[in-house]
Amino acid sequence: MKTKKTMWILAMTAIAAVGFILMVGTQRGQAAGPGDNATNQVEVKIDNFSFGPMTLTVAAGTTVTWTNNDDVPHTVVSEDKTTFKSKALDTGDHFSYTFTKPGTYPYFCSVHPKMTAEVVVQ
Amino acid sequence: MSNFIEKNLDDDGVDRRGFLKCMAWAGTGTLCVLQGGVLKSFALSDVLQQKVGNMTGDLSFVQISDSHIGFNKAANPDVTATLREAIAKVNALPTPPSFVLHTGDLTQLSKPEEFDTLAESLKSLKTDRIFYVPGEHDVLNDNGEMFHERFGQGTQGDGWYSFDQKGAHFIGLVNVLNLKAGGLGSLGNDQLEWLEKDVSKLKSSTPIVLFAHIPLWAVYPEWGWGTDDSEQALSYLRRFGSVTVLNGHIHQTMQKVEGNITFHTACSTAFPQPAPGKADSPGPMTVPAEKLRDVLGITDVNFIRGKHTLGITDSSLA
Repeated sequence: MKTKKTMWILAMTAIAAVGFILMVGTQRGQAAGPGDNATNQVEVKIDNFSFGPMTLTVAAGTTVTWTNNDDVPHTVVSEDKTTFKSKALDTGDHFSYTFTKPGTYPYFCSVHPKMTAEVVVQ
Repeated sequence: MSNFIEKNLDDDGVDRRGFLKCMAWAGTGTLCVLQGGVLKSFALSDVLQQKVGNMTGDLSFVQISDSHIGFNKAANPDVTATLREAIAKVNALPTPPSFVLHTGDLTQLSKPEEFDTLAESLKSLKTDRIFYVPGEHDVLNDNGEMFHERFGQGTQGDGWYSFDQKGAHFIGLVNVLNLKAGGLGSLGNDQLEWLEKDVSKLKSSTPIVLFAHIPLWAVYPEWGWGTDDSEQALSYLRRFGSVTVLNGHIHQTMQKVEGNITFHTACSTAFPQPAPGKADSPGPMTVPAEKLRDVLGITDVNFIRGKHTLGITDSSLA
């Protein structure tokens, strides 16, 4: 009888432990996905022909998402034109890029090159 | 253009067009007669032969700009309709233009269907030919390849070209490609070299008409309304007695005269933009629906042989 009860407790503990591990695993998986963890996911808004914020400081590994709120198309292009380069973003369109290496990344809108900004990755 | 003074706009009772028309004949022998307050011009040869033929030796053409086919926001939900109205306006001119210049931003997003609509609409223009230069909206995503394929056949480099009409030299330039961070419109070294060579063989008395999308003068650099290397281009043209520079991009008319060079920007056929610095950004400006056609328009240009400056007339769609 006593042995049976011990077995039952052990079994329940094991199930709970597996469940806990699964939960943690799931949370970790979601953390890399969009919109779940504020430290890894940052927004830049395009309004009135400007990027906001103009200087954005993030940790390495952060994904930055730009959203165009203007009535005209804009692009998000690194100054070297190769590191990252979006297609033309119409009103409401997004573009995302994940910064893996520390450094300063100046970028601009190749349609309206007066629009410049930078991402500082630490 | 008729051979009669049609409108008396000034105190002297002589309208500019009719007067210039009479003057145009002067070099070849003209008889200008004031009959009952109406100035009428006859070529002497025709008077001798007792007939009055059509005007020859001058040229009229029309500039339209910034059609933005595909744009559908509050500033103008139906840009195809206003383009059609602009076409009707051109077709209603007393003299059909020899050709039409479209100074760029044919489309909003460089989409094939937008280019299709633009080309289809312009088929109803009563003119012999349409010349194009691209705006920044026409070269999105593909560095202007699609524009070039459809509207830039037979051009040089990235799409620049020149042609001669009735003794005037026309030059279409491209200043919307390979733009640099923080910069303005750009012509680039290849195009500048071509331009220098293109005009080097011309006599200084040849009237020059230069057209490109972004203004070739510093209208308002804070909003990107200018071209970084336009001064270099203009330096090749300063020796000419008459240079007319026609641009679009800023969706409003503006004129500046600098020596022998007259700069002019045209209205859009789609939507207006604010005056320099008068808004947070140069984006589309929404005006009350009943006012929209007051701020859209076409530009009619008349070249009179022997005159220093071209006659430029802007008319709204209202």
